[in-house]
Formats: sequence, C-alpha cells, structure tokens
Amino acid sequence: MAAVKETIDTVAKLETYEHGFVTDIAMEFAPKGLNADIVRFISAKKNEPEWMLEMRLAAYERWLTMEEPDWAKVHYQKVDYQDLYFYAAPKKKDGPKSLDEIDPELLRTYEKLGIPLREQEVLAGVVGAPKYAVDAVFDSVSVITTFKDELKKSGVIFCAISEALREYPDLVRQYLGSVVPVSDNYFAALNAAVFSDGSFVYVPPGVRCPMELSTYFRINAENTGQFERTLIIADKGAYVSYLEGCTAPQRDENQLHAAVVELVALDEAEIKYSTVQNWYPGDAEGKGGIYNFVTKRADCRGVRSKVSWTQVETGSAVTWKYPSCILRGDDSVGEFYSIAVTNGAQQADTGTKMIHLGKNTRSRIISKGVSAGKSSNTYRGLVSAHAKATGARNFTQCDSLLIGKTCAAHTVPYVESDTAKAQFEHEATTTRLSEDQLFYAMQRGLSQEEAVALLVNGFVRDVLQELPMEFAVEAQKLVAISLEGSVG
Amino acid sequence: MLSIKDLTVSVDTKTILKGLTLDVPAGEVHAIMGPNGAGKSTLGYALAGRPNYQIKGGSVTFNGEDLMDKDVHERAAAGLYLSFQYPLEIPGVPALTFLRTALNAQRKLRGEAEMSAPDFLKRVREVAKTLKIDMDMLKRPLNVGFSGGEKKRMEVLQMTLLEPKFLILDETDSGLDIDALKVVSDGVNALRAPDRGMLVITHYQRLLDHIKPDRVHVLVAGRIVRSGGPELALELEANGYDRYVGEAA
Repeated sequence: MAAVKETIDTVAKLETYEHGFVTDIAMEFAPKGLNADIVRFISAKKNEPEWMLEMRLAAYERWLTMEEPDWAKVHYQKVDYQDLYFYAAPKKKDGPKSLDEIDPELLRTYEKLGIPLREQEVLAGVVGAPKYAVDAVFDSVSVITTFKDELKKSGVIFCAISEALREYPDLVRQYLGSVVPVSDNYFAALNAAVFSDGSFVYVPPGVRCPMELSTYFRINAENTGQFERTLIIADKGAYVSYLEGCTAPQRDENQLHAAVVELVALDEAEIKYSTVQNWYPGDAEGKGGIYNFVTKRADCRGVRSKVSWTQVETGSAVTWKYPSCILRGDDSVGEFYSIAVTNGAQQADTGTKMIHLGKNTRSRIISKGVSAGKSSNTYRGLVSAHAKATGARNFTQCDSLLIGKTCAAHTVPYVESDTAKAQFEHEATTTRLSEDQLFYAMQRGLSQEEAVALLVNGFVRDVLQELPMEFAVEAQKLVAISLEGSVG
Repeated sequence: MLSIKDLTVSVDTKTILKGLTLDVPAGEVHAIMGPNGAGKSTLGYALAGRPNYQIKGGSVTFNGEDLMDKDVHERAAAGLYLSFQYPLEIPGVPALTFLRTALNAQRKLRGEAEMSAPDFLKRVREVAKTLKIDMDMLKRPLNVGFSGGEKKRMEVLQMTLLEPKFLILDETDSGLDIDALKVVSDGVNALRAPDRGMLVITHYQRLLDHIKPDRVHVLVAGRIVRSGGPELALELEANGYDRYVGEAA
C-alpha cells in the first residue's frame, strides 16, 4: 500500500511541471563567459545607439566591483558567470518580423504553452472574450509582438526593448535606468550590462490602453542566463494593465534569470502589473531549477499616480524579488498583492518596499505565503516614510500557511518613519493547514488533493481577486498544481 | 443498512471503543446516549474515517460493503454524512463554492453528471428558505463568523443538499437555543425516509423530544451497555448514567 502511494506521488510529481519540455531549434550563441567584449557583442547584435553601449560598459565596470548579496534567507550554489552563455537567440533571417519567418518549431512551442501568437487566434476565441497583446521572449530575444498596429492607433507603443532602442531612442534614454540605476544592486548592474531583450510600453497622456498587454518569457537553451529588461511608462492620466508569464524546461542544472523591470507613472497615471511566475522549480531534492533574481521597481513620479503589483509566484528554485514603489508624487498610491507558493526544496525570499516620499501617499501590502515540502518561504518588506511624507499611510497584512511539518515560513518586516505624521499598520498570521479543516472538507466528498486546493485557494483569495479575470482562473489552477502531493 | 460488529478503536495509544456492536436498519433513527468520555464522538469520527482514529478490531459494513476499506471522501460519496458538533470555519471559501464543489465531487465519484450552476442555485434557494438561511450568508466564507446556531443550520443545509443515505448527528443540539433547535430538528426530520438511516449522538434527552428515535442505546466506556425504546431516554434523563457507569466498571 505504502509503495503504491509512493509510486503515485512520484508520477504525480513528474507531471506537475507541464512546461518542462525543450524546444529543439537552431540557436546562435555568444561565446561563454562575461567580459567587456561580450557586452559589446550584445550591443552590436542589437544595433544599439552608442550611449546604450556606454551605459552597458559602465554597468559592467560597476558590477565587477560589487558583491553578490547574501542577506536573503536563501542558500544556493553560487553562479559561475564564466560558465554561462549571456546571449542565445533562435537563428533567423534579417528583415521585418512576421509570423511566416518564425521557425515553426518556435510557433509550436508557444502553442504548447497556450500562448496565442496569431492575432486571429485570439480573435477566434469566444465572442466577447477580451483581447490581449503578447510580446514573446525566447531566451535572449523577442520573437514576436502581437497587436502592435492596433495599439499604435491609440498611440500606445508596445514592442521589444531592443526595437524601442532603435525606434524611440530618446524616449528610452529619458527613462531607462531612472528607476533602477545601474549601481542599484549586483543583479541590476549585471542586467544593465548584458540585458538582451524585454518589453517596452509607452502609453501617451490621457490614453487608456485598449487591451491587456502581456509578455511571455521562455528560457530554453542550456547554460544560458536570461536577462530581460522591461520599461513601462504611463504618461499623464494614462492607464495600462500588463501581465508577464514565465516558464522554462526541466533541467538538472540551475539557470539564472536576472531581470529588471522599471515602471514610471506620471501625474494621475495608473499601472497595473501582474506576474504569474512559473519557472521550473527544480526537483523535490532541489536539483535544477531557475534562480530568479529580479529587481522590480515603480516610480510613482506624478501626483495622484498609482501602481499595483500583483504576483503569483509558484516556480523557481530560488526567488529573490521585491517589487517596490517609490511614492514620490503627492497623493500617490502603491499596492503589492502577492501569493508565493513553495514546495519541494524551493526557497523564496520575496516582498516589497514602499518608500513614502510625497504627502498623503498611501500603500497597501497583502502577502500570502504558502509553504509545503521542505521549502522555505520568507516575506521581507520595507515601509518607510521620509520627513516630508506627512499623512503617509500603510496597511500591511502578511499571512503564512504551512503544509506539513518540514517547511518554514518567515516574516521580516522593516518599518521606518522620519515623520510623526505617518500611520503604519502591520498584521501578520502564521497558520498550519489544519487537519480538522481537511477532514471536514473530505467528509463532504472532496479528495485530499481537492481539499488542499480548496483550502489554499481560500487562503489566497484576497490576492487572486486582484488579477485580471482571465488570468485569475489560470493562477488558481497553478496554485493547486504546485501543491500536488504536498500532503500525506 | 449500517452494521457495526465488535468495533475497537484507539486514538494515539488510548483505546476508546472496546468492541462496540450496533445495527441500524434503513428507515430507522437510533440515538446513542452516554456520559462524557464514553466514546460517542469517537464512534462518529471512526465511522467517517478521521485520520488517527485507528481501527484495532471488528468490522463495519454499510449496505453490505466494507466501510472501513474506503477513504474519507469515498465514504461520503457512498452516502455517509457526519454532522459535526463543532463545524469548521473555512476562510476565503464562500459557502456556495464549498457546497457546489462537495456536491460535484461526490457526483463525480459516483459516476454521475455534475449539477449545473443554475440547477444548483435553484436547489440551494429552496433549501435555504425552509431553514431560514439568508442567501447573502451563503456568499460569505463557510462558517466564518457564523453563530453557533447558524453553523448548525449550515450543517443541515449541507446534508439536505448532499442527500446522504446515512446521517450521523454529533451533538447537533449543543449551542442551540429553543428556536434554532426547532428549525434544525425540523430540517433533520424532513430527511427521515424509508431508505435512510440516522444515528443521533447526544448527551441530553432534550434533542430526542424533537427528533424521535426508534431505538436508544446507552454507550458507556466504549461499549453499548443497554438498548431499548424511546422510553430509555426518559429513564436516563430521570436517573442519570451513574447506574450504567457502575455496571461498566
């Protein structure tokens, strides 16, 4: 009986990560390792303006002097940066991109992932189904961006950042690195030196972006790091909702993903940024999986501007990620809604920073951590108020749910205020998934897996509700799949 | 319908039920009465398959099938319903979602088609009305912040919707005022049927004024020490359990 159960669990685990396949495709690599020539190589590949190369080289020089941060509650085999490919791209002919020119193998990959790259496929869906535009990033490059023309009609620019550097260099130059400077941290400096692609969004004043924008990141090649760079600018009174998704093949070695995301919200602009992160988490013993070392930051630069981060983090072997808001404009608002699920040997150290600089700025943090297996899940957050941030308010709620007896949850909140006129609230709970609740649900007819999924989805419900409707269902399933085999 | 023979159950290292034998035929309502610690709730939990309730001996068949061989949810799908003395709170899961998930999980296990959302809602509305449950309450997370009486009414709502073949009511009267007791027992009585059996576990005779049993069993120290008609409950009310506790010891 026990042996049968074990077999079932093993099989269930093997099938848990359904995106673990590898695409066999002709690739072009830069030589392994990192030096100034590799940085020049990447910049040349992208036909970048000279100032960009200078910024990259400066970042590289800076990176050489920095040390990998070790304050997070994660332990991992350090990356050998000289044994990595920093550039890997599917081979393609030069010239304008159209679907016909994309390797059919690549198209099949996205089909398998359920990501619509053909605009008519999106349209062919259910009548009334909302459209969303996709930028598909495969290893180091963006392979296609859909609905570009339709978006352009309303003035919205949505394209690969490499393309934006060529087409809209002044706009990129004005904002790139203005939220996350090259010297910000070790991984941000590395990213600035070697980033190869990512998405660029600009929404002009007063425009409400007519559809959801999304980017799907896929790491495919072996021994390759992915360094994408995303820059989103919502001009005065603009609104945009953006979603990113990520998957990777199942591999025995660890792979590095070091992204930088910068958001700029001008006066009365609003940006909603959602992430469904499902990188390969490694096996139950901790072999393989993605190192997800990401810097995400929003600058609420304008008055009454607003940025909401929503993240559903179920993948990656190690996560180091703190999507933050600088609340610079008076009356600006920052929100952070997070679900972090860890199972097996996964380690997550994630949270946010809400930096209150302007008057009457408000922020809200809702974090739901779910740990199972032998995993470790840490919430780390900073809420701070500058002396001028009178009337600043924050509400933080951190809830942790433990499944089983071998996992861990930690909550590390930092609160700093330089004004007596700020009001910060912090609530935190840690609970174990209750055997009694499970038994109760099972007595009503739910199997153990169904009962766990129902209870966990109840636990994370407040955050799921913040996701765009069409992704909330997907995220709900993902949470359930990630926890399969976590009990009993 | 439910046939328990020589059932011995232990929790951790302590033996609670010590060779309990009981038969409940279809269509009958049997009451289990006994002093605190006699093993009344343990019987309900063991029948439902609660983890850590180890079956050390004996057998239980339900409609001729071995009940103890089945997992908790399989017993539920086979038609066994345990109404909890202290119904659990399920944060973040609206009562309606919980009910529909449970109902369809059971139907799936039995190889039946799922009930559609409109049919389900129509049915819930009917039942909720008779139990004086506001539909708005069903949109709230199950049992979270509900009063004792509301929780017990939710238990009856669930059993009415799930249409089990056999009901175990564990101290259903605890925490109920007279009005709530009436609503709850009316709900339970409405479920009495020739093809349905019930086991009513209670400490006090009060509940049996409302849900009239066909048979009454006295459970003391893990065994049935006396069985009789409804008059046995009245005798217990008058004289207490002392006599039987003495006999068992």
